Amino acid sequence: MKFKVRGIDTFASTGGRPFDKNKPLIIFVHGSGLSHMVWVLQTRYFAFRGYSVLAVDLPGHGLSSGESLKTIEEMGNWVGDVIGAVGCKEASLVGHSQGCLVTMECVAQHPEKIKTLTLMGGASAIPMNPELLKLAEESNPKAVDLMMDFAHGPAGHFGGHPVPGLYHLNVGSMIVQNKEIKDTLGVDFRACDNYKNGPEVAKKLDLPTLSILGAQDRMCRLKDGKILADYIKGSEVKIIEDCGHMMLLEEADQTLEILKKFIAEHYPLPS
Amino acid sequence: MDPKTYKFDTLSLHAGYQPGKNAGSRQVPIYQTTSYMFDDVDHAAALFNLERGGHIYSRMSNPTVQVLEERVCALEGGTAALATASGMSAIFLTIMTLCNAGDHMVVSSQLYGGTVNLFRLTLPKFGIKTTFVKPRDTEGFKKAIKPNTKGIFGELVGNPGNELMNMPEVSKIAKEAGIPLIIDSTYQTPYLCRPFEHGADLVVHSLTKWMSGNGSSMAGILVEGGTFDWMQNDKFPSMTEPYEGYHGLSFAEEFGPTAFTMMARAEGMRDMGPCLAPQNAWNILHGLETLSLRMEKHCSNALKMVEYLSNHESVAWVSHASAPGHPDKELAEKILPKGTGSMIAFGIKGGKEAGAAFINNVKLASHLANVGDARTLVIHPASATHSQMDEATLKFAGLSHDMIRLSVGLEDFEDIVNDFEDGFRAAKKPRLVANK
Repeated sequence: MKFKVRGIDTFASTGGRPFDKNKPLIIFVHGSGLSHMVWVLQTRYFAFRGYSVLAVDLPGHGLSSGESLKTIEEMGNWVGDVIGAVGCKEASLVGHSQGCLVTMECVAQHPEKIKTLTLMGGASAIPMNPELLKLAEESNPKAVDLMMDFAHGPAGHFGGHPVPGLYHLNVGSMIVQNKEIKDTLGVDFRACDNYKNGPEVAKKLDLPTLSILGAQDRMCRLKDGKILADYIKGSEVKIIEDCGHMMLLEEADQTLEILKKFIAEHYPLPS
Repeated sequence: MDPKTYKFDTLSLHAGYQPGKNAGSRQVPIYQTTSYMFDDVDHAAALFNLERGGHIYSRMSNPTVQVLEERVCALEGGTAALATASGMSAIFLTIMTLCNAGDHMVVSSQLYGGTVNLFRLTLPKFGIKTTFVKPRDTEGFKKAIKPNTKGIFGELVGNPGNELMNMPEVSKIAKEAGIPLIIDSTYQTPYLCRPFEHGADLVVHSLTKWMSGNGSSMAGILVEGGTFDWMQNDKFPSMTEPYEGYHGLSFAEEFGPTAFTMMARAEGMRDMGPCLAPQNAWNILHGLETLSLRMEKHCSNALKMVEYLSNHESVAWVSHASAPGHPDKELAEKILPKGTGSMIAFGIKGGKEAGAAFINNVKLASHLANVGDARTLVIHPASATHSQMDEATLKFAGLSHDMIRLSVGLEDFEDIVNDFEDGFRAAKKPRLVANK
C-alpha cells in the first residue's frame, strides 16, 4: 500500500491482505539496495494469520518516492515515524543486514514503540570493502555482482530457490538494479560504512531479541553476528547451517519457522 | 576484485541442484510423483496461498523440473523460468498470461509454421489478434503497434529463411511503447545468444532442440529477464491489479522481477496445465550438460556446410547469416559472435521436384520434422512444417518451393558431404533415379 511518511509517498507490501491498524503490526526492513520483495516468503504468512504487516521500501528504494536517507540514524528514526504514519502506536521489527542496524537504531530512538526485534544476518558494524563501496557509488553493475556473490552461501550459488523456477543470484541482482545503483546501494553502503554506534546501541537494548545467523554468511560473518548477539541482553540466537547472508530466501522455510516461534512467544495475537 | 559466481559451462552442469538436499545423489533424481505430502494443515494452506515456496502437485511444479528451470534460467541470465510440455505450450502460456481478449500482438512473420498458425488462426479464437511484420522491417514493428498491443514477438533468426530480426532496435521500439519484447531463442540457445543482454524481456525455447540435442523428449520453457516494469502503464491490469484467484494478490507489487513467471505458473499451469514430465526434464538436463561442446561443433560443421553448398553446382542459393553477401551478416556478427547456428536454408536447382528427389535419396541425413538434433536433419518446409500455410502466407514468410531446410548435426563433415552428393546426384535426374 502507499501512504505518506513525512509527506513523501512511501510503499510497503502488506503481505497480500488489507492493512488493519487494529491488528498487531510487524514491520520488515530490507538490506542495502534492496526492497520489500525480499520478504515475500515471510510477510504473506503473518499477514494471513492475524497480523498487519508492512514490508517497507525505504525512501528512494523499490516503489517509495524521495531520496535515500544518508545515515543509519535517519533511517532508524524514519522507521519509527512509519508506525505513527499508519495510525499505530507500536510494532515488532524484523531487519535484514543493513536493516538490522536500522531497526536497532529505531529501538534506541523509539523504545516505547517497539515490542520485539528480530535481526537476520546482522552485525554491530558493517564496514564496506573500499573497492566495493567505490563501485557502488559509481553505479558500476559489478558492485551488484559482487554483492550477490558475497550475499549467497555455497549452496545458494548453485540455486535451489524455495520457490520453483526462481534463480537466487539473478532475482537479487534485478531487485537492486531496479533503481540507479549509486542512489540506493551506493548511499546505503556509505551509510553502513559510516555507522559506528552499533555496539553501544546494542548494549542498551532491553526487549525480546532474536538473531538469525547463516553459518556460511560472508557479508556479516557468523562470528560478528554472535558478537552482536552477545551485546544484547537475553538475545536468542539461531544459526542456520549451510546458509549464507540471504537466509530469508536461501533458507526461507527455516527462517520462517524460527520467526514464527519467536513471534508467537513474544508478540502473540490477542486472545 | 571479481565476483566468483559460476560461469556458463559450470552452470550447465550444476545450476539448480544441490546433492546434499537429495540423499547425496550426484545425478538429479527423477521425482516421478504427482503430489507432495504436507506437514500439516497450516503448511498446506501456506503453500496454496503462495506464502511459502514448495511443491503441491506436479502440474504446478516438480523437483526434477525445477532443476531444469533454474539451470536454463541461470544460463540465460534470467530471474525465473517455467518449463512446459513443449515449446509451443511455452509460447501459448506466455501469450495467454500477457494478453486478454481484445488485445493485439505484433509478430515477426518468419516463424516456425506452428507458431504462425497459433497467432494467425488459434489466438483469434480467444480474441487476440496479430499483425505480422517481416523480420528485417524494423520500422514496420513500430508502425504496427496499436493502443491495445501488449507485446512484440519474434524468432531472432527466423525459421526457415534465416532472416534476422534486429533485436536491439526492436527492443527500443518495445520500450518506447511500454510493452515487452519476447524472443523465441530456440535456434540460438544461451550459448550463442543471451537475448536479455540485447533488450529482450521474456525468452521462450523449445528445449526439444539444441538444448537437449538428443531428440528424445519434448519440452519448452519460458524465461523472465526481470527487466520489464509492469507498473509503468495501465496496459497489464492482470499483473498490477488485485488478482481474485489469490485473495487480491498483485503479482507485480509482490514479486517484481519474477512477477510474470509467478503469474504464468499460478494461473496458467493451474488452469491450462501444460506441465513437463519429470522424465523428459531429466532427459533435457542430460543434454544441457554438453551444450557448449555440441554448439561449437554444430557451428563449425555449419560453416563448412555453407562453404560446400555455396560452391555446389546444384545449389541455387544458400541462406545462413555467415554466408557471403547475407544481408544480416553484420548484425549477426554483433549479436551472435560465437556463431550463427546450424540451421541452413538452401535452394536446390530444379525446384520442388529436385528437392523431393534430394530428400528421398539422402541416407545419413534424417528426413523429419525437427531441428537441433545431434544428427543432421533435412526437410522440405513447403510440403511439411509449413504446409498448412496458403500460397500468400508462404511468400510473406519468405518460403519458396525450392527451399530445403537443413539442421547440421555433429557427424563427421565428410560423411555428411558424401551423403549430400548422393542426394544431389538424384536431384539432377529425379525421374531416372529410383527413390529409396
